[in-house]
Amino acid sequence: MSELLLLIISKINYWVYILLMMIGLYAIISKNNLVKKIIGMNIFQTAVILFFISIGAKKNATIPIIEHGLHPEGHAVRAVDYINPLPHVLMLTAIVVAVATLGVALALVVKIYQQYGTLEENDLISMLKE
Amino acid sequence: MKKLAIVIVLMFGGLLFYSALEFPPWGDPQAPASTHVSPRYIEQAVSETSVPNLVTAVLADYRGYDTMFETIVIFSAGVACLLLLRVYRREEMETRLYRHLPTGITLRVKGERKIPKDSQDFEQIDLTWVPYDLAVKTTCRMIVPFSMIFALYVIAHGHHSPGGGFQGGVILGASVILYAISHNLRLSLLRISERLAVLLCGLGVFIYAGTGLLCTLYGANYLDYSALSQLLGVDPVTARSHGILMVEIGVGISVMAVMVHLYYNLASAGRHDEGL
Repeated sequence: MSELLLLIISKINYWVYILLMMIGLYAIISKNNLVKKIIGMNIFQTAVILFFISIGAKKNATIPIIEHGLHPEGHAVRAVDYINPLPHVLMLTAIVVAVATLGVALALVVKIYQQYGTLEENDLISMLKE
Repeated sequence: MKKLAIVIVLMFGGLLFYSALEFPPWGDPQAPASTHVSPRYIEQAVSETSVPNLVTAVLADYRGYDTMFETIVIFSAGVACLLLLRVYRREEMETRLYRHLPTGITLRVKGERKIPKDSQDFEQIDLTWVPYDLAVKTTCRMIVPFSMIFALYVIAHGHHSPGGGFQGGVILGASVILYAISHNLRLSLLRISERLAVLLCGLGVFIYAGTGLLCTLYGANYLDYSALSQLLGVDPVTARSHGILMVEIGVGISVMAVMVHLYYNLASAGRHDEGL
């Protein structure tokens, strides 16, 4: 029992990201409304961001900004004292790109609504078949 | 369809769960992600670039190409939104609403008749009538300049504290959007016109790519900022930090302009006449 509890606690970040990813994927597949699909896509992106940020974490380490950075006299920089900056770099750009793709997705949705007057996928498919 | 989706999602989740059992525990300093290239970044970045904020150093120097193409992705998103939504055919609206500011009376004007253009007493408002809200407008008018200054601080101080071009650009764009929401789209188009927004989108990418090109002109590799030491008159390590600042300014301008431009197009469905 305590082993299971330890497994749950020591890898809590992975369980949360798996849960978020499943919610996002479910929304993308099964929702009928295009805006809800976009929301699902954003939840999926959030799961990826959470995963990357959490694997950059280190116990007893601080944010990746070097203390006494420009005056290092007597202060050795050790890698265990600072969390991994690489996932933060990747996700920093990914967040802004997510906003940009969200903008393009919403633009497509606006255009589809102007053209067909609906955002329900069933109605759109039946209109396209006619 | 729903049952099929649940089955697919559960299979997907099961695969992820199975692989996550092998992952290192949370916060493990010996995790594979933290053992290969990241210790080198942490230990060498300050002596190589003189930038204490490692995220900025890795973002704009070690991974400069990646960030440049991310900026181009954002620029393309702005252009795609323009091409998808923008409508240039101007349909003159049949009826327009004006508000007489001293009394608060709303006038409905039909057809060709017009309010004098330079009149200070009238303000055109959107067809979905909105009440004149003094509290919202005054509060936002007070917040906007400070958030803009904060955005400039985030861009300029990104070397020493959390911040940089992407974050500062988003804050700068958000403050312009706040102005557009609290007043209206017409007034914010007078401040930052569509032409200016598109021009700034391109200018940001141009600054980034131009900084890289400047390095090649001084005989180094593309985006190798140490070559700028001859131009700036500092040692090569400090020149790297100045090069990072130039690049971050380009990113900030581009991100801000794309955010504003996306808002203009999405809020008015590409007509740029009246927004939210």
